[in-house]
Amino acid sequence: MRVPRLRPRAARAALILGVLSLLASACAAPPLVTGNPQSTLDPQGPNAQLIHDLLVPYIFIPAVLVFLVVEGILIYAVFKYRGKQGDALPVQFHGNTPLEITWTIIPAIILIVILFFTFRTQAALATPPESPNAVNVRVIGHQWWWEFQYPDLGVSTANELHIPTGVPILVSLESADVIHSFWVPLIAGKQDAIPGRVNRMWMQANEAGTYSAQCAEFCGVQHALMRFLVVAESQSAFNTWAQNERGVPFAGAGSAQPTAVAGSQQSLVQQGAQLFQAGACITCHTVRGTPANGVVGPELTHFGSRKSIAANTFPKDEQGNNLKRWLRNPQAVKPGNLMPNLNLSEQDINAIAAYLESLR
Amino acid sequence: MAVVTHSPDAMSERAPTGLESLDVRKLGMWAFLGSECVFFGSLLSMYFVNRPLMFSPALEAAHLTPKTILNIPFTGALAFILLCSSLTMVLALNAMQQSRRRAGSFWLLATAFLGMLFLGGQAIEFMEIAHEGITLQNSVFGQSFLLLTGFHGTHVFVGIIWLISCIPRALRGGFHAGNYIGPEICGLYWHFVDVVWVVIFTIIYLI
Amino acid sequence: MVATSPLAPAAPAAPVVLPAPVIHEDAHAIEQRWYGWEWLATVDHKKIGIMYLLTGFAFFLLGGFEALLLRTQLIRPLNTFLQPDIFNQMFTMHATTMIFLAIMPINVGLGNYIVPLMVGAADMAYPRLNAFSYWLFLFGGIFLNLSFISGGAPNTGWFGYAPLTEPGLGGNSGVDYWNLGLQLLGVASIAGAVNFIVTILKLRAPGLTFNRLPLFGWMTLITSFLVIFSFPSITVALILLMFDRQFGTHFYLPSGGGDPLLWQHLFWFFGHPEVYILILPAMGIVSEVLPVFSRKPIFGYSFIAYSGVAIGFLSFTVWAHHMFATGLGDFANGAFATGSFLIGVPTGVKIFNWIGTMWGGSLRFKTAMLFAVGFIAMFIIGGISGVSLASPPVDFQQTDTYYVVAHIHYVLFGGAIMGIFSGMYYWWPKMFGRFLDEGLGRVHFWLTMVGFNLAFFPMHWLGTEGMPRRIYTYFPDMGWNFWNMASSVGAYILGISVMVLVGNMIYSYSRPRDEMADNPWDAATLEWATTSPPPAHNFDAVPVVYSRYPLWEDRHPVEGGQPAVIATAAPHTSIDERSHPADTQVAVGEGETNAHLATDATDHGEHDAGHAFHLPAPTIFPMILAFGLLLIAFALLFSPPILKVTFLITGVIYFVVAIYGWVKQISE
Repeated sequence: MRVPRLRPRAARAALILGVLSLLASACAAPPLVTGNPQSTLDPQGPNAQLIHDLLVPYIFIPAVLVFLVVEGILIYAVFKYRGKQGDALPVQFHGNTPLEITWTIIPAIILIVILFFTFRTQAALATPPESPNAVNVRVIGHQWWWEFQYPDLGVSTANELHIPTGVPILVSLESADVIHSFWVPLIAGKQDAIPGRVNRMWMQANEAGTYSAQCAEFCGVQHALMRFLVVAESQSAFNTWAQNERGVPFAGAGSAQPTAVAGSQQSLVQQGAQLFQAGACITCHTVRGTPANGVVGPELTHFGSRKSIAANTFPKDEQGNNLKRWLRNPQAVKPGNLMPNLNLSEQDINAIAAYLESLR
Repeated sequence: MAVVTHSPDAMSERAPTGLESLDVRKLGMWAFLGSECVFFGSLLSMYFVNRPLMFSPALEAAHLTPKTILNIPFTGALAFILLCSSLTMVLALNAMQQSRRRAGSFWLLATAFLGMLFLGGQAIEFMEIAHEGITLQNSVFGQSFLLLTGFHGTHVFVGIIWLISCIPRALRGGFHAGNYIGPEICGLYWHFVDVVWVVIFTIIYLI
Repeated sequence: MVATSPLAPAAPAAPVVLPAPVIHEDAHAIEQRWYGWEWLATVDHKKIGIMYLLTGFAFFLLGGFEALLLRTQLIRPLNTFLQPDIFNQMFTMHATTMIFLAIMPINVGLGNYIVPLMVGAADMAYPRLNAFSYWLFLFGGIFLNLSFISGGAPNTGWFGYAPLTEPGLGGNSGVDYWNLGLQLLGVASIAGAVNFIVTILKLRAPGLTFNRLPLFGWMTLITSFLVIFSFPSITVALILLMFDRQFGTHFYLPSGGGDPLLWQHLFWFFGHPEVYILILPAMGIVSEVLPVFSRKPIFGYSFIAYSGVAIGFLSFTVWAHHMFATGLGDFANGAFATGSFLIGVPTGVKIFNWIGTMWGGSLRFKTAMLFAVGFIAMFIIGGISGVSLASPPVDFQQTDTYYVVAHIHYVLFGGAIMGIFSGMYYWWPKMFGRFLDEGLGRVHFWLTMVGFNLAFFPMHWLGTEGMPRRIYTYFPDMGWNFWNMASSVGAYILGISVMVLVGNMIYSYSRPRDEMADNPWDAATLEWATTSPPPAHNFDAVPVVYSRYPLWEDRHPVEGGQPAVIATAAPHTSIDERSHPADTQVAVGEGETNAHLATDATDHGEHDAGHAFHLPAPTIFPMILAFGLLLIAFALLFSPPILKVTFLITGVIYFVVAIYGWVKQISE
């Protein structure tokens, strides 16, 4: 079976073209901002920026150069020393000690230099920027959702982490079950949340925005859908949010229940509230100000003000269909998660959805 | 033309007894013992890492720390017994190298016997710990101690079986100045197990 | 008609004293049969090597199939091809299978077949133990895969982090299969490593000093030391996990005072040397192939050998670079980063030396050479991505993402597997007396290069763009869609390339066997100084070695003008019990001369008209012992006491019978 050989000149041309295009794309790459929601090449905070500033100039570029040079020499050797049948025996040299020492020392030096810059970045990452407005957040990973507590602000919420822009957020990481990893790629590198210990990191968002984040340590069947959102907003917006979070919905009306509109039938929201509190929901979820105080699933006290559902498994949509899809059968959406299929009727689903959305 | 004959025991024939270089089977035992070093090293690391938890304030108050539970004089005696067994092993090997088969068999038996005494003592210690209410399931000390010493004890047990299995052949004169490689390798293993005990004893009981 | 050697020099440069190709009737009489008692009871390293290769390759196909399932699920966002738990089982089994059931056994298989030949020995140091290692590997692999039909394969990832593997936190019953299966495989590996160490240290032919040991021998030796010193660590980790799962301890459960990080430390103390266990043999293969197909010696033999040793030592000092994000602290991270960077130096040295071997050579691009060059090209990339991972701050963004998956596959597929392919094409004629087809080989190679790079290069990008690893699906708005699809297409191409290899193997084996030359590639090392395939006793006469390239001494005049290699010394024989052992089993220490041994030969004289070699008789006891261990594993696996006791007793019976029979054979 003979396969036609690639002609040397054609091969060489293809190779040179390939290398040039690689070079071109390499030059275009950093900083390559794709706008992808979890890109590490688009740092939006000093933590991620420090890492980016180490990677690109001191690791990536040298890596590309080393790659081009070494692969280039390899490919050159492949073409130049191609033998033919009947060739004389090549010179039988066994080595060249000075050369070998050189090419041991030079890479060592390059690596030591990179190591130096690594230590420098490590030192910079070790301490968060000084600020009197630093916010403490206590993160607790669960299978498969995130609990966020703000000990100094008396706030406890889930799956959506609000932070003020421009101030350091001092994060402590714990887990209620297995190892998870807290990762907001645009803002910071990841750290693991390990049961039985408290890990610490800091992060800071430069600008307001909603940042996509995801668990990055395999934690069981729904690891893939254990995402969360980090909402960075101005200090005043954050304060407002925190204040609201501290309170309970409908508190102004004197009770934590939606009030009846005089004369009208029980509203959908009220129906939902009743179903929620009479049903299995309260065994797993907490809604402060009501009998619901379960801790298996995420706290729902202000669920209505969040942007996503089930640890950002999907965002909320205008019509509320996603929420209803979840309620209809959580197992179909996120198989294996701890919320069973409650086999709710459509009517019940509408009511509960309305109730949940009213919890602002 | 070459003829292949199948000999059941290429090994002992390949084991020259007069060469300076290390015998083939002894080298194999040394390599295996290298792996055993890491095995016990890992178990010891586990014990060491768990050690601080064995001395929590609550446990100190309840007198349930290793220092209070463990009976150092008793286990010291056990360590001494095991060390003596290494001596008897050396004596056994020495006798066999001089083709003194009865002495060799006797010292082999003595080694096995001392090993059994050691295991018996270990069993007593395990029972005393259980009396204190400490089990595998309810105590960091319990699980770490029992696993570490339990695996060591298993190794001693294997050694005892090995020793005993050498005795019939020793009695028949199967080990002599021209061939004592079997007990020699067994001895290597036995001494190793003894050394491991010294290290365990130091870390658990003395530090 | 002797198969012509494509690499034979056109005309010998000087009178060559090499013996003519030797074909013995024995070689044909011991034609490898695929059925029968012979294979179950064999203790011949060549047969055992082939069994390892076949079984390992079968598991490679299985692991590859699992990978294709994974890539099919990930070909587009929100795909529903695999249920989440099945996906998790698949990635766990894909990795576990590839690492423990494919790459390691194939490495051991090639080592088993070639190393004794390469050092001029008649067999491994412990042939029966060798058989035991194989059977235990086979049983362990079957045991692990039985989980598929019994409650599900393990679903906790190939490094099984605690406490996910603890009861009630998501790990299924497959975790127990994984745990016990790996313990069985660990015993098999350690036994195999002991065998290699003693073989290489003690059974080298006269004159084969360490300075002349082929680099595949060096790498196998270093790998074996790594196995001995690393596997017990995972064994302990698994034992502690077994106790947690089955006996209620809390080694890894914080609720009982345990520490999940204890698992990680114990696992990675094994896990990092393990990756060098996977790659060093392939580096050894490439170091053998390159000189032959460049027609000049390896460049910088000493540097390559010593850098292998350095890598071996350093591999034990870097394990926590897998744990940078676990909060060990800056000092620890910095220390492990330093070691991790350091280990890049000896690795780089090898690459330059390999290129130096090609430099100024006369390169023949047979398929073996194509894969060797491909290995270098791909390993460069894998090594470079390793550098960024070694830097803790950068690792904080890259760890647990597809960037790591890219790195892993560049070094393990682009590295280890391609090195293995190179070795297969190279040593196939020696093992089977036939060539693998070169045309098909070329197709195999280019499909591999295209498929492999398409499958894995985009993963660097996916990881950089924030895609974590071990996720069964992803969302369409993350920007990962195109490159996931491309990667899956690449994986399919890779699958096709493997089919080409399988086809090549079948095609090659189905052809009638011409008489293959001893040394069809014009190679230099001792395995090429006997027939293809070798007779049961490997060498008719004990090879005596004067240089690193025994079969090239016509072109490398050895100091003192000694004639080239193969044995003129009368072999050592005797069937007398008290006699000196056969020469093949006597190691030559540094400085010991050949003259001494020649005298020994005459001292003992010949007992036989012919030349008799002592090899242990075939025996079934190694397999019985392995089976006994398998039964004991079942005893530990099942919960109902009646099953536990039954399997335990049966297992112990097999165990005792096997030991008794084995020892009895030794002392007869």
